[in-house]
Amino acid sequence: MAASRPFFRRRKTCPFSGDNAQTIDYKDVRLLQKYVSERGKIVPSRITAVSAKKQRELAKAIKRARNIALLPFLVQ
Amino acid sequence: MTLYEHVFIARQDVSAPQVESITADLTKIIEDHDGKIAKNEYWGLKSLAYKIKKSRKGHYVLLNIDAPHAAIAEMERQIRLHEDIVRFMTIRVDEHEEGQSIVLRSKADRDRRPVRSGERPPRKDYK
Repeated sequence: MAASRPFFRRRKTCPFSGDNAQTIDYKDVRLLQKYVSERGKIVPSRITAVSAKKQRELAKAIKRARNIALLPFLVQ
Repeated sequence: MTLYEHVFIARQDVSAPQVESITADLTKIIEDHDGKIAKNEYWGLKSLAYKIKKSRKGHYVLLNIDAPHAAIAEMERQIRLHEDIVRFMTIRVDEHEEGQSIVLRSKADRDRRPVRSGERPPRKDYK
């Protein structure tokens, strides 16, 4: 099947699941920054391949980081 | 007793020793209400992602607290009245992080790297 499709991309796996996965922490700005767009919006999980459960955690962490001004609400 | 993480941001024109005394005041409130502070971390003067009460920078302090709800409620009430604290956040956690938090660890990484701006170190004389 895979060979018949010309542009086959390997399915990315969730970066927060499995062995030696990173933990989601609202204080870890460098990590969270990878999951917000240039405008400061949260990137959908279909692009980043984060699992649904971890995406909920991640969204919460990003919102907490915004609250204490570690991340912007919007970038102009 | 419940475990909490508490972050507060003090105004930028407050000096570091003053921030320490604010932290000491809050610690005292918690301890008066049978709670205790597991860890107190000063992250230094960081720039804010957006302006809060006209300030662009702020002193960040993280407190890991093990205290009953009454202590937290009293501390938050005092903080709301406090003029030098521009923002705070308390969240309940299942367990406290051991050792330094990610903020200080990444800061230590940055400090280890050579400074790029400013004066260069004096040249060595090779013979």
